[in-house]
Amino acid sequence: MNGKKIKVEPYFYLIPSFLVFGAFLFYPFFKTIYLSLYKTNKMGQAKLFVGVENYTSLLTSKSFYNSLIVTLVFVAIVVAGSMLLGLVTAVLCNKAFPGIRFFSTAFALPMAIASSSAAMIFKIMLHPSIGIINKIFHLDINWISDPRYALICVAILTAWLNSGINFLYFSAGLSNIDDTIYERASVDGASHIQQFFRLTLPGIAPIMFYTLVVDIIQAFQSFGQVKILTQGGPGESTNLIVYSIYRDAFFNYRFGSAAAQSVILFLIIMALTLIMFRVEKKGVKY
Amino acid sequence: MSETVVTDTVTTSAIKGRDAAMSMAVAEAKERQKIKQKHRKIKNMSLRILANTLMALIVLCPLLYAISVAFMPSGELFTMDMNILPKHPTLVNFAQALVKIPLAKFVINSFLVAGLITIGQIVSCSLAAFSFSFLEYKGKDLLFMLVMATMMVPGEAVIISNYLTVSGLGWLDTYKGLIIPYLTSAMGIFLFRQFYLSFPISLYESAKIDGCSNLRFVLKILIPLTKSAIGAMAVYTFINAWNMYMWPLLVTGSDQMRTVQIGIGMLNSVDAQSISLMIAGVVMIILPSISIFIVGQKQLIRGMFSGAVKG
Repeated sequence: MNGKKIKVEPYFYLIPSFLVFGAFLFYPFFKTIYLSLYKTNKMGQAKLFVGVENYTSLLTSKSFYNSLIVTLVFVAIVVAGSMLLGLVTAVLCNKAFPGIRFFSTAFALPMAIASSSAAMIFKIMLHPSIGIINKIFHLDINWISDPRYALICVAILTAWLNSGINFLYFSAGLSNIDDTIYERASVDGASHIQQFFRLTLPGIAPIMFYTLVVDIIQAFQSFGQVKILTQGGPGESTNLIVYSIYRDAFFNYRFGSAAAQSVILFLIIMALTLIMFRVEKKGVKY
Repeated sequence: MSETVVTDTVTTSAIKGRDAAMSMAVAEAKERQKIKQKHRKIKNMSLRILANTLMALIVLCPLLYAISVAFMPSGELFTMDMNILPKHPTLVNFAQALVKIPLAKFVINSFLVAGLITIGQIVSCSLAAFSFSFLEYKGKDLLFMLVMATMMVPGEAVIISNYLTVSGLGWLDTYKGLIIPYLTSAMGIFLFRQFYLSFPISLYESAKIDGCSNLRFVLKILIPLTKSAIGAMAVYTFINAWNMYMWPLLVTGSDQMRTVQIGIGMLNSVDAQSISLMIAGVVMIILPSISIFIVGQKQLIRGMFSGAVKG
């Protein structure tokens, strides 16, 4: 090939994607950083350069700390719940049996449901007087208006939504484990529980790790369920960081502060991703 | 002589008899063991089915309950009594949902937006992936790294700037504003690239020698060969676009432009009487995404796991 002539054609095929990435990802990424250093007017135009003031006022605000802590608790519950549900369902569908097609569709189905639709269904189920949950368990709890329960409700809803794709990931992981190692283990007299902890879990460790990363990132971005179910309340008990960004920008018109929170959200997610890939390289063996 | 022959035959037949008895006993024992194993197998199998059924009931419970409420007259919903299933099933809620809000318009909007996003992503991603996997040029690795790096930027972190951009362009409350920001995806490029890399480079080289242009190669050879990846991508993208919430919430303002999720979400704040109506609406808008998921599930799984995860 004539290496001196610079070929242009290969770049043509990148144009559609890079136009969109450029306008709606790279540009807004830097614009967000830029906005986070300014005070803005109601139209979101940067008016007054304030340096890191938006950040310092966030880091000294109780509301922002609350939002961070609420988000961390939320993410922990969602990730634990959705991974557990995904793992249990995947193990249940691990071997062929009559009806497996139906059951695996059922277990994967939550991934096709919108967070907003799911939130509206949960709203009826958790209704204090007509809700089916209180009726079945003979309780009288105001799930959504009680700061003790609201976050857990939103988290369980999100865990349910995310469990579908986890089921698919874990099923793929389980099907990659060689069946003969179970047979050998059975001959050696290993119990089912031993087999699960000694063979199954290590066997799906790589995919579990991948799922963990994806789940954490996804949980951080939850929005629709909060907006419909609780609006961040009661108090600020479900004021997750994305909801807090939304509220600051579109109710309080504090675009600068919202942009600063966006940058912090990005930093958290980037740090998590990088840390985990480092851990993966060192710890998880294939 | 003949006696010995007789005794011989007697002894052989005795031996044969003993052998037969023994082998019968062995066979019986084997049979019993087989039956035992079969019983155990059946027992395991039924336990597995039972556990699966219980789990499926738990997982599907919100959906099943929503369907039940959608068919329930609102009088039956608003009682303190147990009411898991409707006593007098009715279609009134569905009819009301169609009349009271412009649900048909929302559905058309959502189909249009999700459909165009899906097609757009398939086109832009397969072109970019083609360039990344078959062509050689300066800066290729760097550009690919740049694409992969976008996966680390959560959409919610740039959503405010995007809102300001779109509003500055005068695209608020238009299809353009809803669709254009989503016309490509790093995941799609990655998925297609994984598929393309599994093809031998000689496929491309021999097509070139035969005078096939790059664009023709993509259209006539690459796309037909990667139907399963395209199917997976289409199912995944369509469902996600159909279920989008935050972006359409920000950029749509009128009933003319609302998508299903926002349209139904608006019912959320209305009076309690409309709860059954709202759930009927939710059931109706869940149906398209669930149907597409069920039809395309096999395709989706095959595409997702032959490319993305293995690599």
